[in-house]
Amino acid sequence: MDSRDEGGVMSTEDRLIYMANQIARNLAAQGPERSAQMVADHIRDFWDPSMKRRIVALANDRPEALSPIASAAVSRISPA
Amino acid sequence: MGFTREIDHGTPPALAGGKTVTLTIDGEQVTLPEGTSIMRAASLTGTAIPKLCASDNLESFGSCRLCLVEIEGRAGYPASCTTPIAEGMAVRTQTDRLKQLRKGVMELYISDHPLDCLTCGANGDCELQDQAGAVGLRDVRYGYDGATNMGQLKDHSNPYFDFDPSKCIACSRCVRACDEVQGTFALTMEGRGFGTKVSPSQGQDFLSSECVSCGACVQACPTATLIEKKVVEIGTPEKAVVTTCAYCGVGCTFRAEMRGDELVRMVPWKDGKANRGHSCVKGRFAWGYAQHQDRILNPMIRASVAEPWREVSWDEAIAHTASEFRRIQAQYGTRAVGGITSSRCTNEETFLVQKMIRQGFGNNNVDTCARVCHSPTGYGLKTTFGTSAGTQDFDSVMQSDVILVIGANPTDGHPVFASRMKKRLRQGAKLIVIDPRRTDLVKSPHVEAEHHLPLRPGTNVAVLTAMAHVIVRERLYDEAFIRARCDWDEFQDWADYVGGASRSPEAIEALTGVMPESLRAAARLYATGGNGAIYYGLGVTEHSQGSSTVMAIANLAMATGNVGREGVGVNPLRGQNNVQGACDMGSFPHEYSGYRHVSDDGARAIFEKAWGVTLDSEPGLRIPNMLDAATDGSFKGLFIQGEDILQSDPNTHHVAAGLAAMECVVVQDLFLNETANYAHIFLPGSTFLEKDGTFTNAERRIQRVRKVMSPLNGYADWEIVQLVANAMGLGWSYGHPSEIMDEIAALTPTFAGVHYDRLETEGSLQWPANDAAPDGTPTMHIDGFVRGKGKFVVTDYVPTDEKTGPRFPLLLTTGRILSHYNVGAQTRRTANTAWHPEDRLEIHPSDAENRGIKDGDWVSLKSRAGETTLRALITERVAPGVVYTTFHHPDTQANVITTDYSDWATNCPEYKVTAVQIGLSNGPSNWQEDYADHARRSRRIAPVEAAE
Repeated sequence: MDSRDEGGVMSTEDRLIYMANQIARNLAAQGPERSAQMVADHIRDFWDPSMKRRIVALANDRPEALSPIASAAVSRISPA
Repeated sequence: MGFTREIDHGTPPALAGGKTVTLTIDGEQVTLPEGTSIMRAASLTGTAIPKLCASDNLESFGSCRLCLVEIEGRAGYPASCTTPIAEGMAVRTQTDRLKQLRKGVMELYISDHPLDCLTCGANGDCELQDQAGAVGLRDVRYGYDGATNMGQLKDHSNPYFDFDPSKCIACSRCVRACDEVQGTFALTMEGRGFGTKVSPSQGQDFLSSECVSCGACVQACPTATLIEKKVVEIGTPEKAVVTTCAYCGVGCTFRAEMRGDELVRMVPWKDGKANRGHSCVKGRFAWGYAQHQDRILNPMIRASVAEPWREVSWDEAIAHTASEFRRIQAQYGTRAVGGITSSRCTNEETFLVQKMIRQGFGNNNVDTCARVCHSPTGYGLKTTFGTSAGTQDFDSVMQSDVILVIGANPTDGHPVFASRMKKRLRQGAKLIVIDPRRTDLVKSPHVEAEHHLPLRPGTNVAVLTAMAHVIVRERLYDEAFIRARCDWDEFQDWADYVGGASRSPEAIEALTGVMPESLRAAARLYATGGNGAIYYGLGVTEHSQGSSTVMAIANLAMATGNVGREGVGVNPLRGQNNVQGACDMGSFPHEYSGYRHVSDDGARAIFEKAWGVTLDSEPGLRIPNMLDAATDGSFKGLFIQGEDILQSDPNTHHVAAGLAAMECVVVQDLFLNETANYAHIFLPGSTFLEKDGTFTNAERRIQRVRKVMSPLNGYADWEIVQLVANAMGLGWSYGHPSEIMDEIAALTPTFAGVHYDRLETEGSLQWPANDAAPDGTPTMHIDGFVRGKGKFVVTDYVPTDEKTGPRFPLLLTTGRILSHYNVGAQTRRTANTAWHPEDRLEIHPSDAENRGIKDGDWVSLKSRAGETTLRALITERVAPGVVYTTFHHPDTQANVITTDYSDWATNCPEYKVTAVQIGLSNGPSNWQEDYADHARRSRRIAPVEAAE
């Protein structure tokens, strides 16, 4: 699910992946297409540019880490 | 304003909406609503009929027999307090016979009363004195020999007021105030006749009784029997200034009664629309922190947190702050700095901090404490209704028929509102409580929940969806409302979803621990019991599905037509005195004031034009993301006004690591709080008594904060921010907070009508207050939702990732207690330490027995995030498998335990669900001892060298 250090803290990259997957899980009931767009909109509206850049990079570097909906959503984001 | 005692009309007003009645009082014709007492009618026309047992916040009682009148055509001398006016009635308030009767009554009172008026604490402010004068009492024919009730033992146990039974006239106003106003029923009249006396609980002293120290009895007492210790110490006040409390989101207004610039007492303001003349122990009594010895009054800086602080001048501190932030931005980039606004400071101050960040720092890295409490409210209600705030005012509860309280403990967290709610419940409204704990609301004197659903922490959405299932499947929804006010297709999608078999109460019983019959009954009651109102708190929002839960609540309200009029609605119980205001003022990284997104070109253009800069159109960092960026090395400077993230944010280790990684942490606060242990610059702040401004409470009610004394630190908080901003070249020139509010009004459509002169005349305004709603908006969404059609949102239950297991088999949830506020920075520096001197861990007897834990034992509390130690309190208020604690004391380190799981939409921390294990311990943990040592070292202040 995530890797945590002994203090229970995720690395920043793991946290971004976790957040994207969590948003996707919570919007999954909207159906795959609509939820992917809603996740993309959410990330666009609430994440700062550095977080957006990193999740886009992570989608390339660690594609297996993102759920299908999260992956579809990140693919719709243009990093600032 | 000068000091005038507020007029007490003797009995409450008649209920509104009835017909009027015309009568004559002493020959003068007067027309008033039917149901008004003769006493009140006379008072309203300027005639004060003598009284002792009557007070206009209490139902009439008729015991003192002083307020007798003569009514033409009626025999005898009826009490004017218990006699309603009638059409054509002719009343005389002063006749020879009445004078004789009144003197007789006063003679009896005074025959058994100490005559130490000149040295009594109530001298000059005593109704017994006043009435003796009013009736012309000149002698007491009974004399003073024989048995008396004088010389009784005084009770000094309460830290704020004294009880002297010798001075009691047995009017029972205190007892009735405790019953009717506060709703605690802690006092009673014990005995009869000569032996009658006021008794706290079972003849205990006040401190050990059930008294919650709200002070309603002290306020009600017409003599010095119950009197504030400060009045005894200082003397009676000579002027009063109306201001607003700086504790919780109820926003009680008080008359700050002063002698010179010394505050004598805070008396709830009768015209305060949030509190209607009532208060709690904190607002009324716990203001002494403003003069506490811990208060830092001089700016301080240090190059590293390992060094002691060095006191410097304001000029040096301000210049250093500005230069450090510019240096960091030059070195690491524009987005390497940010700030946190305060939910304790005024709207004007919050607005300036976010303006400084946006205009001065050039980014949107601003956030506020709502991140960790009600940010899901902002998200959820904006999505469903279109407005990031509650829908009603507090008065609305008096029109409710069914009150559903979920994830809130208002008797502790919002006590003055809880008192009003309990009054409505005693009148017959029904109560549903959804909470893992058996809170006081579930069962307390004269209040009992119709249904208590003690759900397992983390299952709010499942329970609310099951309630929706019942409402949909049994066709209890309000179709006409939904068709008129919502999107019917969205409703049908939602109804199809919640109507599924897997969402039924039976299907979720094992998951939630809630009996299906109770859940079905609660759903039916809410849907069909009349006006249904939902009140909720952090037990809703501080979860990984906090935003979903808020939307599930909104769905229920819309489905049953419980929006858009009095008595219903969705009511978030906002925690801090100005957290609503902080959010309104644009403290979120994605929104300007008035909740307009930073990417909204039109909104951004308004601010760019006003502020003369190009603004960043991308959202900034939230607090947890700032800390992540700090540990990653890209975020280096943080300006924190009135917020203690090290104590209040989750996963203390992570917060400490983030702060330690920064190069410049500025803390603007009253005390060296826990966050200041990692600060490089300390700017001493001012209290609510020392500045002008406004707070916005949970009702969206904007109320004045008025300065009653000069700031001990030299500047109001808004002045300090202006100094920093100008050191950064922003060229601000505000002379008074009213000018800041004028700017807010010019830039924020929902505040367009808010100006200080209107607040003077109206007392308060609830936003939106603009051309469309010139007198403000007590009830929202009356004719339509702010977003147009109300939006039903499918809220799928997604279990939290915080799981119990063999290693951590219990669930920890957290909350608050009445006598302390939040991290305790204020209340721990007052006499409120008489209550709750430490945080205790509430453990169910079966969990305790399995581990050999007894009440009072030291217990280690461990989670994946960390470990701490505190003492046990064995109680059945928590269910087996659940433990509970408060977080008012920094040495508890409760947030060492909490994880960084958070709400999916807002990152509001999941404080309410932490998997833990507990076990016997022999004292504080190593972390606590190390931390205490670190805190002591971090708070060292280098001695100032003596001048030559």
